Amino acid sequence: MACRGAVRLSAGADVSICGVHSGTSGIEGVSTTAKATSSEAQISAARLTHLQRLEAESIHIFREVVAEAENPVMLYSVGKDSACMLHLARKAFYPSPPPFPMLHVDTTWKFKAMYEMRERMARESGMELIVHQNPEAKEKGINPFDHGPLHTDMWKTVGLKQALDKYQFDVAFGGARRDEEKSRAKERIFSFRSANHRWDPKNQRPELWRLYNARKAKGESIRVFPISNWTELDIWQYIHLENIPIVPLYFSEMRPTVERDGLLLMVDDERFPLNPGEEPVMRPIRFRTLGCYPLTGAVVSEAATLPEVIQEMLLTTTSERQGRAIDHDQSASMEKKKQEGYF
Amino acid sequence: MATTLSDASKASAYKAQDLIAEDIDAYLLQHQHKSLLRFITCGSVDDGKSTLIGRLLYDSKMIFEDQLAALEADSKRVGTQGQEIDFALLVDGLAAEREQGITIDVAYRFFSTDRRKFIVADTPGHEQYTRNMVTGASTADLAVILIDARKGVLTQTRRHSYLAKLIGIRHLVLAINKMDLVNYDHAAFDRIVADYRAFAHSIGIDDFIPIPISGLRGDNITTRSDATPWYTGPVLLDHLETVEIGDDPATTGPFRMPVQWVNRPNLDFRGFAGLIAGGSVSPGDTVRILPSGRTSTVARVVTFDGDLPVAVTGQSVTITLADEVDCSRGDVIAAAGAPPQVADQFETTIIWMADDEMLPGRPYWLKLGTQMVTAVVQPPKYQVNVNTMEHLAAKTLGLNAIGIANLSTDRPLVFEPYETSRDLGGFILIDKMTNATVAAGLINFSLRRAQNVHWQAIDIDREAHAAQKGQRPRLLWFTGLSGSGKSTIANLVEKRLFALGKHSFLLDGDNVRHGLNKDLGFTDADRVENVRRVGEVAKLMADAGLIVLAAFISPFRAERDMVRAMLPEGEFIEIFVDTPLAEAEKRDVKGLYKKARAGQLKNFTGIDSPYEPPENPEVVIDTTQMTPDQAAEHIVARVLWGRSEIPDDEDPDWFKGRGI
Repeated sequence: MACRGAVRLSAGADVSICGVHSGTSGIEGVSTTAKATSSEAQISAARLTHLQRLEAESIHIFREVVAEAENPVMLYSVGKDSACMLHLARKAFYPSPPPFPMLHVDTTWKFKAMYEMRERMARESGMELIVHQNPEAKEKGINPFDHGPLHTDMWKTVGLKQALDKYQFDVAFGGARRDEEKSRAKERIFSFRSANHRWDPKNQRPELWRLYNARKAKGESIRVFPISNWTELDIWQYIHLENIPIVPLYFSEMRPTVERDGLLLMVDDERFPLNPGEEPVMRPIRFRTLGCYPLTGAVVSEAATLPEVIQEMLLTTTSERQGRAIDHDQSASMEKKKQEGYF
Repeated sequence: MATTLSDASKASAYKAQDLIAEDIDAYLLQHQHKSLLRFITCGSVDDGKSTLIGRLLYDSKMIFEDQLAALEADSKRVGTQGQEIDFALLVDGLAAEREQGITIDVAYRFFSTDRRKFIVADTPGHEQYTRNMVTGASTADLAVILIDARKGVLTQTRRHSYLAKLIGIRHLVLAINKMDLVNYDHAAFDRIVADYRAFAHSIGIDDFIPIPISGLRGDNITTRSDATPWYTGPVLLDHLETVEIGDDPATTGPFRMPVQWVNRPNLDFRGFAGLIAGGSVSPGDTVRILPSGRTSTVARVVTFDGDLPVAVTGQSVTITLADEVDCSRGDVIAAAGAPPQVADQFETTIIWMADDEMLPGRPYWLKLGTQMVTAVVQPPKYQVNVNTMEHLAAKTLGLNAIGIANLSTDRPLVFEPYETSRDLGGFILIDKMTNATVAAGLINFSLRRAQNVHWQAIDIDREAHAAQKGQRPRLLWFTGLSGSGKSTIANLVEKRLFALGKHSFLLDGDNVRHGLNKDLGFTDADRVENVRRVGEVAKLMADAGLIVLAAFISPFRAERDMVRAMLPEGEFIEIFVDTPLAEAEKRDVKGLYKKARAGQLKNFTGIDSPYEPPENPEVVIDTTQMTPDQAAEHIVARVLWGRSEIPDDEDPDWFKGRGI
């Protein structure tokens, strides 16, 4: 097993002190490299790479929650951030499976490839998968083509609240990152929600050192963001280093598309209503973020491998969330959505 | 766009871009081996702090075109730089703050260069945001202290330096900003550095790096400025990229790992999961479990990626031991030869972070590492004026106040002095009623047992008794006919209170009439005396901070009102267990009604002695409508929350002053 994060120490022993490996060496995997003396190890403590420090922090957060919460759950959106978060959860509790279920708040409008990945990851992680679809939205046939912003509100915002209330989860792990958006830069890692799931940015608990205060009154809940301090590049790099499975839609392929309102949309299934005269065109596209397929813009791209995707991401000149239709309204819109209970 | 990248920083950015374009694998390998530096910027709005951070993000290419377009538009609309880009707008996050034009919280920013990745804690520098700065500093390796070159060392500079030093930041950069506004004057720079050195020395800071910069113009931030030829030190970014970190005492000291969670997937595996807070660990090492003091040997250092031959400070691992020793969350696994200390009394530095002031004598939750205990803080020895470092007399600590105070815990804590270990010396205090984080604390040292005896005097009055129990005293007076259900309900109420961690005592006929009142019979005079004595006892118990439950027929209004008058307003809760005579007689649990009707019992309430129902009881329980369990639930809600419904979580003020 090659450990790409290995640090070469002064004595010349190639020691894998990193938790960040590419692949595993099996359940009882024992590193076969030479044993280092503790003085050598002290040299390397200062040299943990940024990903090793981030990984250790995320694992610590997962374990704090499990030790202190009554009924935690992991929100799983099937995207690359969720993939990373799931991978970290598995690391945190190994050799046990993560001791909480994963919850997918489904809108029924995700890409087919996302549903396939969801089932696969539930199988591989050994975790219980809970899928919640807002019954009211289902009954009313709420969809992104006819209902605009109501679609996101009903399926996602309301759906999430319903699911958390139904199963009485007191802590929900989410994959939000502070670098995503300005209002998230100030969000705590442990973020409190009232019984109505509202976030109050003016009334956040101070978070010092590695001390998280998880105490709460009955009815209150906490959103916990274990990858708060990761950047988009960190996520990609980690996926690359650790061979974390992600939905193939992140990689370029010829796919049927139509162009609407400046967004390049993929015709993922027969529910996509084509306008008169509209013909799906095969284009080499991929996605930078994944959501409901009718709301998620693709980019024309030749990047078919992970390094190519990262290369394209680094050379690109527009920020990640631009592909999502919901953020365009105004710059404070995410903050507003969060106060209303959108994750 | 009026502000542009300097040529050199463009060149450096393009170099990275070239590598990305030509050899992405090489770039990824380079990025993968980057280390992480966490730093904090301290300065007030006028010092140009946000501008500096915005500039760092901008110059390190962390700003995308769409963000830049938004920034240019925002700059023109609400910016303070005329037609030029207002970098501060990049980092002022929340809508409310943007409107006020100041940052009021801790925000975290991210950028990276070819050599390092950075996380910046961006905090406001005003005195009223001391707690925010302390929060940001708690995870920082380095602090950048901004000084306006026109103003020199100010009160706020002293405050920021003191706080950075207090929180144990070992690397300080003195960024003397706005050099463009003093014509890049060498003498002005030297004067400020000399002033600062004198002050810094007085608070124990002997090492800092002064750099002349202009956040607005970009001088000496990423590239050396032509305007300061007299300056030969590093430019800001260079210094941030190369400063050596990880040499703190915890990293190089003996092994410590607070146990977060015990991993038991099956009977054959028992692992202790935690993040290594100090030193390193390898299989075969002898370790000591604290506070128990038992020793064992490390069998394996387990990770998802395979066992490790050695794990170091900062890594999250799972350790298995060779022996079956007791070890659980809150314990610390440490090098057997150099274990941390264990104590229950400390001198601490406390930074108060809540609007409600500290209450000496009140129990708070204290969280340190993975240990959670109850702590009582003594009145401060003194408060520190954060601007002048003077010691001030203080009885308590208010928001943003910093003081030195002794503290005792209900269980021994495994700890190290804060200057040795942030993880085992830093703690938070949590209000037991609101669950808010109300303070951060640093353990200075433990107090020897001998020092315990002379606690500073606190009057042990009824408030102190109650505060120690974390509750408000109450007398729940259950009145009603014989057989109405008073004792049954009172018993259920007490069980619930007990389960909620409340301290209570139940007085009823059974435990009073056989002792204290065994000389009394059932005449009217004896009934009055009975109630009076019970009232006095209940009052003493309430003074001791207890929630007292008294279940007595107590048929006469006058005596019940007499007891009510013995207690402070609001503490007497009269509970009328309302069961009609016919119903009580039908139940006749003890067969007393039968005896009374048969003339075998004299002066039996309801038969040949009157019962005066309460006129304005706090609670009425209609036992024909409610089960005893429902009644108990209702009463507990009434007593603890002042009303019968579940408290409204939407309204945080609702809990205040309710003594929950």
